[in-house]
Amino acid sequence: MTVKQISIFLENKPGQLSGICRALAKDNINIATLSLADSADFGIVRMIVDDHVKGCDVLAKAGFAVVQTDVVMATVPDRPGGMAEIMEKLDRAGVDIEYSYAYALGSGEKAILVFKFDDNAKAEAALEG
Amino acid sequence: MNPISKPDYMPIPELRKMQLEKLQKLIPYEYERVPLFRRRCDEKGVKPRDLVTLADLAKFPFMKKTDLRDEYPYGLTAAPMSEINRFHCSSGTTGKPICIPQTAEDVAIWTEGVARCMAMYGITRDDIVQVSYGYGLFTGGLGAHYGAEKLGCAVLPTGAGNTEKQIMLMKDLGTTVICCTPSYFLHLATVAEKIGVDFRRDTKLKHGVFGAEPWTDEIRERIEQMSGITAHDIYGLTEIAGPGVAGNCPYCHGLHVWEDHFYPEIIDPDTLEVLPDGEEGELVFTTLDRVGTPMVRYRTRDLSRLQVGECKCGRTMRVMDRVHARSDDMLIIHGVNVFPSQIEACLMKVPEVAPHYMIELSSTDTMDRFEIKVEVTADSMSDSMSKMEAVRKRVAASIKEIVGLSPKIMLVAPGSLPRSEGKIKRVIDNRRK
Repeated sequence: MTVKQISIFLENKPGQLSGICRALAKDNINIATLSLADSADFGIVRMIVDDHVKGCDVLAKAGFAVVQTDVVMATVPDRPGGMAEIMEKLDRAGVDIEYSYAYALGSGEKAILVFKFDDNAKAEAALEG
Repeated sequence: MNPISKPDYMPIPELRKMQLEKLQKLIPYEYERVPLFRRRCDEKGVKPRDLVTLADLAKFPFMKKTDLRDEYPYGLTAAPMSEINRFHCSSGTTGKPICIPQTAEDVAIWTEGVARCMAMYGITRDDIVQVSYGYGLFTGGLGAHYGAEKLGCAVLPTGAGNTEKQIMLMKDLGTTVICCTPSYFLHLATVAEKIGVDFRRDTKLKHGVFGAEPWTDEIRERIEQMSGITAHDIYGLTEIAGPGVAGNCPYCHGLHVWEDHFYPEIIDPDTLEVLPDGEEGELVFTTLDRVGTPMVRYRTRDLSRLQVGECKCGRTMRVMDRVHARSDDMLIIHGVNVFPSQIEACLMKVPEVAPHYMIELSSTDTMDRFEIKVEVTADSMSDSMSKMEAVRKRVAASIKEIVGLSPKIMLVAPGSLPRSEGKIKRVIDNRRK
């Protein structure tokens, strides 16, 4: 399933991430999951929220550089070999993973991963196939 | 043509004759009333009567900003307090302020200079002029205000700051001309974008009158592209008048100097020799009409050039190169001479970064640290680390190519660097002196 992720520029100094979270909280936007990518000097926080349109709007108004990107959510069986099966499908389809992170979910039999592929549509078809 | 522009076209022989006559009045007046000037003339062995031709001005001593500080507040004032009508002060960057007491005539000539610049830009009495320079001791606000009023424009004296309200007024009242520092306009544009105001679509803005800080052609282009206005350059300094000493016409790549009031020279800042027109050096001004605090051969520290040849517009007033650097601004980093304007030009070659930056210098035990913080634009934001890293590398490559140095480039969030309502400070030099 394709969903919208929002990515926010993060300066490398204390208080940056809390500023983002506070801005979202104030407008009652829930963060489903997030991941941080960083270099020595700056970072990008990528997150899935319950309302990406409002989330983007709130953050842009608060002065953050923010962008929406399509990412793919994939369900992985929570057992040995579950991830390997998914990866093999993707390998066969010949898609590249640009980045991936886990989706927080209550305890259960499944894990959900968020992927950004070089070709999301092709990857999605492969996962469904 | 607006009658106020008539002197712009004065035949050159007449202009030179007028300049000499004014100097022959000014020099004895200054000699008689300002002890510092008299003492320096005496030390050089030069007397007011030695001024026979315009070239003789080179025999007379210079004045510098340090003189204004040392003689603060009244040491260089030539008129009695009963004649003084106004004070303007400039803080400079360090130490005591400088103070320029002026008479009503002085203010009138300054006003005329601004009005002539605005008329040259194509501004008329039909325009609505928003003055977003700071009002007060700084000459920007009142200078633009008087100039626009003199032309008969409708003046909206917003002053600096309260940016969202400024944009609302601009929209609602139909402002056609904005006067402010280039850096403040960039800030206005950022705020406008944030609140969904498009200058082209939502305002009637046509002209920007920008001055009070050095700016580059690259910033001018960026401003014109982002807002659809024509960006005009106005030059001046409190020591000589305020804004309105010079401005650009639609043809010249530079600024016509109102030399019927402000006599320009270019000198070699090392040998102090006068350089012929066409050569670059330090700009020096003599106020031909000032009564309150006349300046004789005031060294501006601004680097420029007086151009040779006639301007297509027909104005006879000489054209100076736009000031992109002050000799005071030059930084020596790892032994290389660097002007902040060069850094600015490099940054503007990279469209993903905003024209907001800060140069930071500090010392470690062994060497100087050279760091540039630059804001990314909201539009260039990507979820991809490699794309954002590529922006940083492009900035670094651009600086390496032109300046020959490899500073540490820090990308920072949009709007995170300090904004200025007056003159912006873009260099923090914490190196051990």
